[in-house]
Amino acid sequence: MSTILESPPQIDSPAGAGAGAGARQLVVALAGNPNAGKTSIFNALTGLRQKVANYPGVTVERKEGLWALEAEQAPARLVDLPGLYSLDAASIDEEIARDILTGRIESMPAPDVVVAVVDATNLERNLYLVTQLLDTGRPVVVALSMIDMAERSKLEVDAEGLARSLGLPVVPVTAKTRRGLEELGRAVLDAVGSRAPGPKWRLSPRAEEEVRRLYGAGASSREEALRDLYSEGLPEDPERREAVEQARARLSGADTHWWQEPLTARYRWIEEATAEAVRGARNARPSSTERIDRFVTHRLFGPVLLLLVMAVVFQAIFSWATLPMELIDSGFGALGETLRARMPAGLLTDLVVDGVIAGVGGVLVFLPQILLLFFFIALLEDSGYMSRAAFLVDRLMRGVGLHGKAFMPLLSSFACAIPGIMATRTIENPKDRLATILIAPFMSCSARLPVYTLMIAAFFTDVKLLGFVPVAVLIMLSMYLLGIVVAIVVAWVLKHTILKSPPPPLVLELPPYRVPNVVNVLYTMRSRSWLFVKRAGTVILTISILLWALMTFPRLPEQPVPDAAEGAAVQAMRETGAEARGEPAPETVEIDGADASRQARQLQQSYAGRLGHVIEPLIEPLGFDWKMGIGLIASFAAREVIVSTLSIVYNVGKQDNAESRSLIEAVRNAKRPDGTPAWTPLVAVSMMVFFVLACQCMSTVAVVRRETNSWRWPLFMVAYMLVIAYVASFVTYQGGKLLGLS
Amino acid sequence: MSLAYAAAGQVDEMPKQAEGTGPATVVALDALEAGTPARVFAVRGSGALARRLMEMGFVPGAPVRVIKAAPLGDPLEVRVRNYHLALRRSEAQTVSVVMSDK
Repeated sequence: MSTILESPPQIDSPAGAGAGAGARQLVVALAGNPNAGKTSIFNALTGLRQKVANYPGVTVERKEGLWALEAEQAPARLVDLPGLYSLDAASIDEEIARDILTGRIESMPAPDVVVAVVDATNLERNLYLVTQLLDTGRPVVVALSMIDMAERSKLEVDAEGLARSLGLPVVPVTAKTRRGLEELGRAVLDAVGSRAPGPKWRLSPRAEEEVRRLYGAGASSREEALRDLYSEGLPEDPERREAVEQARARLSGADTHWWQEPLTARYRWIEEATAEAVRGARNARPSSTERIDRFVTHRLFGPVLLLLVMAVVFQAIFSWATLPMELIDSGFGALGETLRARMPAGLLTDLVVDGVIAGVGGVLVFLPQILLLFFFIALLEDSGYMSRAAFLVDRLMRGVGLHGKAFMPLLSSFACAIPGIMATRTIENPKDRLATILIAPFMSCSARLPVYTLMIAAFFTDVKLLGFVPVAVLIMLSMYLLGIVVAIVVAWVLKHTILKSPPPPLVLELPPYRVPNVVNVLYTMRSRSWLFVKRAGTVILTISILLWALMTFPRLPEQPVPDAAEGAAVQAMRETGAEARGEPAPETVEIDGADASRQARQLQQSYAGRLGHVIEPLIEPLGFDWKMGIGLIASFAAREVIVSTLSIVYNVGKQDNAESRSLIEAVRNAKRPDGTPAWTPLVAVSMMVFFVLACQCMSTVAVVRRETNSWRWPLFMVAYMLVIAYVASFVTYQGGKLLGLS
Repeated sequence: MSLAYAAAGQVDEMPKQAEGTGPATVVALDALEAGTPARVFAVRGSGALARRLMEMGFVPGAPVRVIKAAPLGDPLEVRVRNYHLALRRSEAQTVSVVMSDK
């Protein structure tokens, strides 16, 4: 059955079967434990017809697709709930899931049917969620997954017997071979409008009595009465609240473990229901998983393998992404130049080329890294390795107050904080996740490299410590270390102040290893990159245009077009200049001398240039003058921009190459008004320290805005990082001067 | 035989008669030697952790055993109801178990 080539989402034809459905589109919710194979089933049912967004106000991913339940049928709306162990609202995921099931999400009616994905190899724990789904009163259809794995490990699950003892339709499903998908569709259609069997488990007579009493005293259903009585919180309504408090007091007077009763009762019912339906080896864990784990979580090999995996992932985002990134970069550069040549010179052209096209390029340039990182993350998650990695490093990360799962995002941030921050989605606890996001930009990303390179090339090449240790390497290493140390300190402080929370339980499932599902991996890559382009992209584009305006206005008065003779003279000058420096004719210098100085004057008298003067008293104690101030301002777009900005300020024409001889010479020769050199090795170090610690990256800000759904955290991040950077640079420069360095 | 382990773990209270025949030893899960089959006796505490542990299947009577510790000694890999789970020692400590007579 083809699920791909069908009509787009707007469906107003009758959905068919079922009295409850009427003429509107059927809504089906897909629920299940993490690792139960829910994603594969969702992908198999909806094909490419799915969209990913966020639920309003929270960062829980909202995934929806269209599912053709039966040929000739209008497809149903299939809503993929977040992976859950329970509906008791301990996490945002669980809260959202319960809101969806009870129809409390805007623009989403309560589901007509709930499909519960249940892992056949792990029936008991998976069925726990089913007992809760039944409480909601919605019709439930069980999709029994991992049947092939159960069969392989000699575990016999009798689907019909299970259906009988559960009182629910049970359909064995294998996403890969599409086995059972049609039957599942039919079972869902049959279930529409049917009355749910309701909960079968029972509490003790004493507890049942209290539930009945609460039901009478204001709770709208037995389920609500149950939740009122046994959840952590209390209902808002004062009368109901009092009734609940009294009931709890009575129950706890009789038994201190009273609150455990529904949990044990549910499991007791599950044990009875599965006792007859399951035969054969109860241990369904494949022996291959045991063998792999003997190596993967081994005392010695485990950490070694983890280092290896890290090295490959890091290498990939650090260097394999370079080529496509350069292609995108030069592609947009070429596009800009082509347009500039075709369009009449003027403001509009500048806006399109330097603002819009450069901005779009600035967004898309991150795609290779994001795609690669999410390729690896999806691969590691899908195979089951990711939870082993968290198992290995949890002890280390907890030392700083972070979760074992913070590890991968922080590692990726050494290449680029954007994909790193996006990868924090795997951390369930919101405070832990926020702490990880807030320290991720301290990891020295690849955009800092051009700055380090320029500074080191200008002042520290060929300098050796003790005659053999190259200072350049030492400095580079210390910059990486500085970022890590500050990140650890900040994480510690955050976790003990504003993000204080009891250490979240680890309770992390170690699922059997599986061959990663290619489709899942590709879909993850696709949806993550699309989310980035759509949401972060708009912010990045806006800021990019804003910065362009700052550096363009007010304009220099128009200048007569240089005549041919002048042009020739400039051309000659440029060539002799190149010869004098003993270089081949410089191809990176695209602009001739006259233009370069005009660019420099334009920049100096623009708003950005004036701002440079304004902030000079502020940055002077760090060793910076106003020209560097312009560079700093421009670098808030992206760190590497300081290289091209400095080259404009220093009159060597716009160029991005940090190893350009002319730029290095210009930096070395730059003078302050009093004739002393503007840059010294100490200023260079102070500048690098600033770049390690300041959040100069609008894309990071945009992505944090997107991931936290508010401006509060990104602004807080920029502010506190700026303060730390300022203080550290101040200490570096002033301390260095006190020590007699220059 | 189970008395040998009693010395290693903290002895809690004697399980009720229903848990098995004859006297059995109750220890905290983090003190259970790797590989020893046991059953959950009780989950102590009443906060979110206790609830989550029970939701995950740590309900009195459920079969449980410790597989191994992570390279740094913590967390533990624990097998409960035929699936595997990583638990910190501090979390495992809140679960008391009875060693099965095998």
